[in-house]
Amino acid sequence: MNWRGVVTIYRFEMARFYRTLWESLASPVISTVLYFVVFGAAIGGRIEEVEGVSYGAFIVPGLIMLTVLQQSVSNASFGIFFPKFIGTMYEILSAPVSFYEVVIGYVGAAAMKSVIIAGVTLATSFLFVDVTIRHPVWMLAFLVLTSVSFSLLGFLIGIWAKDFQQLQIIPLMVITPLVFLGGAFYSASMLPPFWEGVAKLNPVLYLVSGFRWSFFGLADVPVGVSLLAVGVFLGLGMLAVWYIFRTGWRLRN
Amino acid sequence: MTAIVEIRGLSKVYASGTAALSDVNLDIREGEILALLGPNGAGKTTLISIVCGLVTPSSGRVSVGGHDIVRDYRAARALIGLVPQEVSVEPFAPVWTTVSFSRGLFGRPRDDAHLEKVLRALALWDKRHARNNELSGGMKRRVLIAKALAHEPRVLFLDEPTAGVDVSLRREMWDVVRQLRDSGVTIILTTHYLEEAEQMADRIGVIDKGRLLLVEEKAKLMREFGRKRLTVELVAPLAALPESLAARGLAVSEDGTRVTYDYDTRAERTGIAHLLAAFAAEGIAVRDLSTRQSSLEEVFLRLVEENA
Ligand SMILES: Nc1ncnc2c1ncn2[C@@H]1O[C@H](COP(=O)(O)OP(=O)(O)OP(=O)(O)O)[C@@H](O)[C@H]1O
Ligand SMILES: [Mg+2]
Repeated sequence: MNWRGVVTIYRFEMARFYRTLWESLASPVISTVLYFVVFGAAIGGRIEEVEGVSYGAFIVPGLIMLTVLQQSVSNASFGIFFPKFIGTMYEILSAPVSFYEVVIGYVGAAAMKSVIIAGVTLATSFLFVDVTIRHPVWMLAFLVLTSVSFSLLGFLIGIWAKDFQQLQIIPLMVITPLVFLGGAFYSASMLPPFWEGVAKLNPVLYLVSGFRWSFFGLADVPVGVSLLAVGVFLGLGMLAVWYIFRTGWRLRN
Repeated sequence: MTAIVEIRGLSKVYASGTAALSDVNLDIREGEILALLGPNGAGKTTLISIVCGLVTPSSGRVSVGGHDIVRDYRAARALIGLVPQEVSVEPFAPVWTTVSFSRGLFGRPRDDAHLEKVLRALALWDKRHARNNELSGGMKRRVLIAKALAHEPRVLFLDEPTAGVDVSLRREMWDVVRQLRDSGVTIILTTHYLEEAEQMADRIGVIDKGRLLLVEEKAKLMREFGRKRLTVELVAPLAALPESLAARGLAVSEDGTRVTYDYDTRAERTGIAHLLAAFAAEGIAVRDLSTRQSSLEEVFLRLVEENA
């Protein structure tokens, strides 16, 4: 293993994040505040609690997940697309690093950014509502696993994309709808039975449900199933990475 | 001398169907400067890209320092530095960060003294805190060279290193390259400036249409393929060529004091002896004689034409 190479990639990516720290943090914080104002105040006035938790607090885990998924995908996809786009990818390809090491460096940095942003989002939400976290270790575990899985997905999108349009189309057309329909702002049990069934086809629901369980002990699906879902997701991502590594797909002529 | 890079039966057909390389065999000797010459699209960049791991070969194999570039890619690539033809550097990062990144990426421990030496040699030390997008084109190209040298490679590939670099700087860069060679680094450079190959190279390889036409010692190449021009200075101006000399392909200067004669050094008889005898027979007094080797450019163009 060329760990020094991995750390070098990781640090370089984090340096990009720190160079634009305020922009990086401002947008998730502003959207969190907006969500609280819009959902918390407008809907919270009608739905006071969900299964014994105040609506304002209930949406916190979903909100964090929403931010984590979007940030992971966009940071990781941009992180690897950018060197492809400006042509500095040649150096990565000619270096004595394996593709796995490249993945660890880039995905690690993107996931770390997401975890930091999640922390800031959580801190912001404390300004609005009282949230107690029942299982902090599980909370962190879900957070990290989700950040890694979706950063991996973002990385794959970045490798796949040939231009900026392609880079944005999947987050826009797939990720965002899945997140909104993934029960971030409601519990699946609040839906009619048919739609509850449909909602359960959405992988994001399992993530949100597990994450919410770590906060309040409530879940739409058993927490084990949530963990399994994250595991499967991560596994699929790794399979894709393995395929790219074997074939040099979209990287080497 | 042992070969540090061994290329055997290397071919590349791109997905588009372009056959960029056909059955290239080449041994690059440790410590030499090898210049690859060839017209646009000849396959120079493709050859370099395969050795460096950017392009996968269609067939054939390559080893660097005895390490196969596919099976043992880590060991092989750790020995190689690459300066690509296209200038591309991370625009927002400072020079120093960019160069340290390269060293770390290749798994080498931090060594600020080495990076300082490299940046100074390339006249970039004063710019180390500048962002790459604040640099001129020539400076960016030097940043690429600094990046390639950051991990102390034993084999350095320079794909048109001096394109877009001004003349005085180009000479400085040649000095840097020579110093590297003197420190034991093997250097492979491609260039369209024949002057560069002529000045720098120990050996010259000529590629055209994906085939390696020849690899030869520079001096030998010049000797074998070189045309020479003999210039004869006369004591008294010549109004016209005497009949006995007219058929020999001579050219007389306007003022009639100089006669030039082109000949092929490969030819069995160069005709010089006959020519001078004829001068003597006509009673033409010769003041001085000089010969000039034709430039590599002329050699190269003839070679490509002969193989067309
Ligand atoms: N990525 C690619 N996909 C398809 N064809 C390519 C690709 N890269 C190069 N080629 C083709 O392969 C051939 C050799 O190109 P290459 O870049 O190796 O030439 P070169 O000798 O470096 O030329 P130049 O002096 O212009 O840099 C050309 O016909 C080129 O069009
Ligand atoms: Mg080229």
